[in-house]
Amino acid sequence: MTLESLNIAIALPEIFLLVMACLILIVDVFLPPEKRNLTYVLTQLSLLVALFLLLNNPSEGRMLAFNDLFVQDAMADALKLFIIIISFGVFVYSREYLQARNIFKGEFYVLGLFSIVGMMLMVSANNLLMLYLGLELLSLCLYALVAFNRDNGNASEAAMKYFILGAIASGMLLYGMSILYGLSGSLQLSEIAEAVMQTSQEGNAQRIGLIFALVFIVVALAFKLGAVPFHMWMPDVYHGSPTAVTALIGTAPKLAGFAMIMRLLVEALGGLQADWQQMIIVLSVLSLAVGNIIAIAQTNLKRMLAYSTISHVGFIMLGILAGTSEGYSSAMFYTISYAIMSLGGFGIIMLMARQGFEADKITDLAGLNQRSPWFAFIMMVLMLSMAGVPPTVGFWAKLAVLTAVVEVDLVWMAIIAVFFSIIGIFYYLRIIKVMYFDDAVDTRPLECGRDMQIALSTNGLAILALGFYPAALMSLCVSVFS
Amino acid sequence: MFADLPLLSLLVWLPIIGGVAVLLSGDKGDANGVRVLSLVISVATFLLSIGLYTGFDSSTSSMQFVEKHAWIPAFNINYHFGVDGFSMPLIILTTFTTILVVLAGWEVIKKKPAQYLAAFLIMEGLMVAVFAALDAIFFYVFWEAMLVPMFILIGVWGGERRVYATIKFFIYTFIGSVFMLVALIYMYYKGGSFAILDMHALPLTLNEQILIFLAFLAAFAVKVPMWPVHTWLPDAHVEAPTGGSVILAAIMLKIGGYGFIRFSMPITPDAAQALDWLIILMSLVAVVYIGFVALVQRDMKKLVAYSSIAHMGFVTLGLFVVFQIWEDPANAAGGGAALAVEGAMIQMISHGFISGAMFLMIGVLYDRMHTREISAYGGVVHTMPVFAGFAVFFAMANAGLPGTSGFVGEFMVILASFQANFWYAFLAALTLILGAAYTLWMVKRVFYGEIANDGVRALKDLNSREFVIMAILAVAVLVLGLWPAPVIDVMHATVENFLQHIAASKL
Repeated sequence: MTLESLNIAIALPEIFLLVMACLILIVDVFLPPEKRNLTYVLTQLSLLVALFLLLNNPSEGRMLAFNDLFVQDAMADALKLFIIIISFGVFVYSREYLQARNIFKGEFYVLGLFSIVGMMLMVSANNLLMLYLGLELLSLCLYALVAFNRDNGNASEAAMKYFILGAIASGMLLYGMSILYGLSGSLQLSEIAEAVMQTSQEGNAQRIGLIFALVFIVVALAFKLGAVPFHMWMPDVYHGSPTAVTALIGTAPKLAGFAMIMRLLVEALGGLQADWQQMIIVLSVLSLAVGNIIAIAQTNLKRMLAYSTISHVGFIMLGILAGTSEGYSSAMFYTISYAIMSLGGFGIIMLMARQGFEADKITDLAGLNQRSPWFAFIMMVLMLSMAGVPPTVGFWAKLAVLTAVVEVDLVWMAIIAVFFSIIGIFYYLRIIKVMYFDDAVDTRPLECGRDMQIALSTNGLAILALGFYPAALMSLCVSVFS
Repeated sequence: MFADLPLLSLLVWLPIIGGVAVLLSGDKGDANGVRVLSLVISVATFLLSIGLYTGFDSSTSSMQFVEKHAWIPAFNINYHFGVDGFSMPLIILTTFTTILVVLAGWEVIKKKPAQYLAAFLIMEGLMVAVFAALDAIFFYVFWEAMLVPMFILIGVWGGERRVYATIKFFIYTFIGSVFMLVALIYMYYKGGSFAILDMHALPLTLNEQILIFLAFLAAFAVKVPMWPVHTWLPDAHVEAPTGGSVILAAIMLKIGGYGFIRFSMPITPDAAQALDWLIILMSLVAVVYIGFVALVQRDMKKLVAYSSIAHMGFVTLGLFVVFQIWEDPANAAGGGAALAVEGAMIQMISHGFISGAMFLMIGVLYDRMHTREISAYGGVVHTMPVFAGFAVFFAMANAGLPGTSGFVGEFMVILASFQANFWYAFLAALTLILGAAYTLWMVKRVFYGEIANDGVRALKDLNSREFVIMAILAVAVLVLGLWPAPVIDVMHATVENFLQHIAASKL
């Protein structure tokens, strides 16, 4: 085997990030604490360079590398683009937050970079092993990051829960994958797809085995994405983690999770679509119901966002279960816009937090309009977008998903979805109510660095801009699956 | 001179961009500058909208001032504006009313005037866009977006129970509209287009029509509002600041009526015919029952809110009585149907003026006395004679006195209802009695009799700003009442075409 046949160039952004993560790890060891900013700057620079490398080598069709373990296609291009941009945003938002808590340490950035590499590998996986390795690289970094603030009891508890449930989910996934391997004799997604096609057509005894594998895989996916009834870890982890880490967990990994569903369910197990469609319908309806209803009862903003995430996962699954290219592209559009929205949401929480104060209660937002009309406006846009009120990108995401669902004659699913978004609107409105109608308890003006202000404003305005002109992002998503 | 301008886009974006400018100018500086800027923007928008009237060709029923650009090709959604005889008068009503609310909040609003005025300007642009949009999703975007500034307006500048009222307002409207969204998506799936005019031509089975009709009904009945989904309106009106109440009553309710004309009836004519009894029933309940409810109110704003519901009952009655008029073949060729629809339209515009005037009047009293309880007043005529004159005039108009605009629409609808069923007309005509009863009784208790207390004794009559607002509205009410022909003329061709369209079955 020669080096050329590996097609290393295709995976250049990943390789670069990996090398940089190792380098930063070494550099950081020799940095005195007051020069820790260098770690941050290096991390952000590596992300920018990786972004440049990614944009410079757009894929032409499906390009395979590393003996077909690794695939770069249009979907991978688009998802990696947003994974890098959003992670960049998370690092910008979290800098001051970490500094204020004395946890501005190199580990955060090194583990963060490794998790980004994990996500990118998941997105580009063309083989079950690759997919699993990417997932574990991501998850292990996140487990460690949740417990990153060692002295915090909540964080340790959250990390423990996250680790145990995550490990169970990984076990389920491995079990499903092993059955799949036993039945198809291959770990390559395309070969599995062929085997599944044949087996499911014959209607022979092996079909039962396939469905058995499918159940385990769907359960694992539901665990990782946080779909009901496998959502228990999410509120605790979102709540317990330092907000900087919550932002890391709650944004870009959803894109990787979407890719994992696409690679596993659509590319490999497309032949069993009728079967997984039914399972996902159940997951989706339950997520919409539980997420939206329980969110109403939350007093903690991070927990509320966790439940809101669960309901958004329900919507994403709605797009996927349509099983058409319109459905997939709408789910992708939804996932990307969701990641941008929740990035902004966590950004606002970190903006309001300061030394010794987490600002993660809903009441902490009281009177934000008096303290900072601009960021109150940004938060309002974010909440409206999550609720799906036009003219924000959240509306178009919901419209796209609903259209895809109606087009496969599942009008009743569309009605259920809009019904639960009516319930959902209440808790988003409550945030706006608290910010605009209530009086501020704490009238100190918000203080934050220029970089944070610019990034957060861009974030909010991007949601409005995408709301006014969603065509570009939408046609990107459509072109990926055509 | 307006032929080359994208007039509708200007009418939509001028107030929105102006509103953003007002918002950005902030509340730190001079409040007067912000007020003047808002007034200039609203007057400029109104003057531009006059161009719609002068440039309008009333001989055709097709869409005019059409602008169409691709917006989201993936879903075939277009940036598509255009007006016909239904939407043009309502757009002018919107731009006209906005000037009045900007004036009405002049010195009264002390808390964050820039945000307050910006909300109205942005809302003006959004409402014009709702009336002008010819693409269903484009329409829906503005329809929903419009709720946000109103939500903020009631919640920030409202009365004591403002939070309850504004959340109720938002959720009620939102519940109605999401089902409309599903219906729109379904029709896109059937016909491949979100253009409203394509939906008019889309063939649908009776079952589909009925479901779609009900989805639209959920959206528009809440907005009108029709009994029994009207309960948000009294709350919202009572808690809203004066300007918010005026916009709600004068424009937002009309959007519900407009929705029936633009969506429900032409898209699902057979379902509309099959379910016309339901709408007529709901309308008559609104006219009679809500009339009685208005009678017993102690809060002036609540009274006017209920009277709005009763008056809007005429609009829905006029629209849906058309099918029953046609049931008798003798009427099929006559002008009864056109009379009903035109009556409904006139009623909408007239109610825009009159309810606006009523809420502004209550605002004048509230600004001075800070109460809306009828029992807190009495003998206001002795201290505010000019104001009392206007009040009696608008009260008469609200009661439907001939010569005022309130009479024209109601009379046309009652006249047309006779052709359908005597009892419809009889029940509808009860409003003339009930309307007179609740409005005039309120005027009697507030304005006449002995001076009730020291607060009333200290009242000062209208200042020049308030006088101007009242005078403009009084002229509008009188002109429309004495000479409604220009308004009827611009919509005549559109109404004829509309009637032909809904008479033809889609089955």
